[in-house]
Amino acid sequence: MPKLLKPSDPGVTLRPDRREPFVARSEPARMNKTAKSDSLPQRLAVDVRDVSLTFETSDGKVDALSNVSLQIAEGEFVSFIGPSGCGKTTMLRVIADLQQPSVGTLLVNGVSAEQARLERRYGYVFQAPALFPWRTIEKNLKLPLEIMGFPDSEQAQRAARYLALVNLTGFERKYPWQLSGGMQQRVSIARALSFDPALLLMDEPFGALDEIVRDHLNEQLLQLWGKTGKTVLFVTHSIPEAVFLSTKIVVMSPRPGRIIDVIDCNFPRDRALEIRETPEFLKIAQRIRVGLRAGHSYDE
Amino acid sequence: MTSSALAFPASGAGTWRQHPLVVRYAPIVTIVLALITIWYVAAVLMNLALVRGGFEREETPYTVSELIAGTMSAERPLLPAPHQVIAAFTDSVFGYVPTAPRSLVYHSMVTLSATLLGFALGAVLGIVLALMIVHSRVLEKSLLPWIICSQMVPILALAPIFVVVLGVMGLQGLLPKSIISAYLCFFPITIGMVKGFTAPDPMQLDLMRTWSATPRQVLAKLRWPSAVPYLFASLKVAITISLIGAIVAELPTGAEAGIGARLLAGSYYGQTIQIWSALLASAILASGLIGLVDLAERLVGLRMGARP
Repeated sequence: MPKLLKPSDPGVTLRPDRREPFVARSEPARMNKTAKSDSLPQRLAVDVRDVSLTFETSDGKVDALSNVSLQIAEGEFVSFIGPSGCGKTTMLRVIADLQQPSVGTLLVNGVSAEQARLERRYGYVFQAPALFPWRTIEKNLKLPLEIMGFPDSEQAQRAARYLALVNLTGFERKYPWQLSGGMQQRVSIARALSFDPALLLMDEPFGALDEIVRDHLNEQLLQLWGKTGKTVLFVTHSIPEAVFLSTKIVVMSPRPGRIIDVIDCNFPRDRALEIRETPEFLKIAQRIRVGLRAGHSYDE
Repeated sequence: MTSSALAFPASGAGTWRQHPLVVRYAPIVTIVLALITIWYVAAVLMNLALVRGGFEREETPYTVSELIAGTMSAERPLLPAPHQVIAAFTDSVFGYVPTAPRSLVYHSMVTLSATLLGFALGAVLGIVLALMIVHSRVLEKSLLPWIICSQMVPILALAPIFVVVLGVMGLQGLLPKSIISAYLCFFPITIGMVKGFTAPDPMQLDLMRTWSATPRQVLAKLRWPSAVPYLFASLKVAITISLIGAIVAELPTGAEAGIGARLLAGSYYGQTIQIWSALLASAILASGLIGLVDLAERLVGLRMGARP
């Protein structure tokens, strides 16, 4: 495994031309785990039925979500796409029990969203890395483990394993400010995975990164997904990103926040960035655009 | 610092101006010299009438130079000259054993112990109040107005009441002074820590929630570390205030020892030089205490991965 950056270098930054792999390449990506299970009835990772959420604001009510229903099977990679204010982040927050729906029922891994949160069934990755600046990278990774009461030896073991998974071994003793934005976001992904949740919720995790780093992280995220077999829910407002990553794309529209279209996207799991040039890819991207237009997303 | 270097563009002879020691200390030395000069001029002007009156009363002829020399060596001048203060200061610091009642070291230690105890009490009180305010909206609404009110009453009016009430309760000596000092210094700590405990990013709080952390864990692992910069900022304000509190507490209590007692005795007997050397001692104490807080802040910062 080539290592181009020395972790010991102070202030190393991720340069687009010398990117190190996000997932250690030595381990083969798992490709066809769910291919055979397509025909089998799958357990639902997330089951949303007729959920609505209304915010009371100073200038009246805002329908953040309106009658949303959605079923997500285990092992899927689902992207939520739509313009700002379409409720995609709210959707994720409702699933994470960071917000409660006004009406409707919601099951996560077969239990209520609150129960799933209390049982630590999901890991959440925010737009910003939200690392704790006074903790080293290793201690940042250990934070959820400390809170959940893992024994010390297992904390160290897991921190090492998940740092290796996002290929940041050697950065244990660095502080967040010594890492580039992309590296920090990888730490936050490792942190979300460190306690081995079944579900990974990602809210525009690469939104603040430049396109080159973002492309790279997209590829590596796919490998990570293949390797861990997690169910991933991924909020984005980039059409190519959604098509490239997902097995299922949920197109949403604002005022009120609702689902316009659910598109299946069955590229092979080990897809490469080049598929973005294929007609199938462009067709799906086109269908998303049509959906967004139908939802008046482009209106002023 | 570099302005002096900029003001004199590199001339061949002026290389000493670029010497690091000069660059670093020249501005400080300049200011100190300017202040001392102003002080001397002021001493001459303020003591002039006094000294001239003295000569005229004794009906001795005097020259201008004698007059000026007299303004700088009067026994009870209106404004003592710097060298008089320094002489009195070094005499009362080094001239006696540190336990002697005439030693300024002794008096400084008395005030310092009241200051430190008051500061510790005030810090604990300030942090506890901030925790209560942050954790309960009811407490915020009921406590905060009283906390603000407490600081609107002049301490000089309150201090004697404190001393009398505490004296009735059988508390004397160090503790009443410390309580007055704590009463003054908890306030900036409460205000700073309320700000500090609410400083975490909403995203960090959400993260703790996704891990279903207990309120105690949120406090220990997120709110406390986030509040550390605010803590040190308010501690620096608080420690000087607690020194002032301790000195003020010595004034109405008729304390026999302490910097406040020296100030009081000095003003009773018109010993201006003694007053000024006590002031000098309290200034040195204050800068030492701030220096200590500063050092603690730097050490904690190192442990918490602050950028160098």
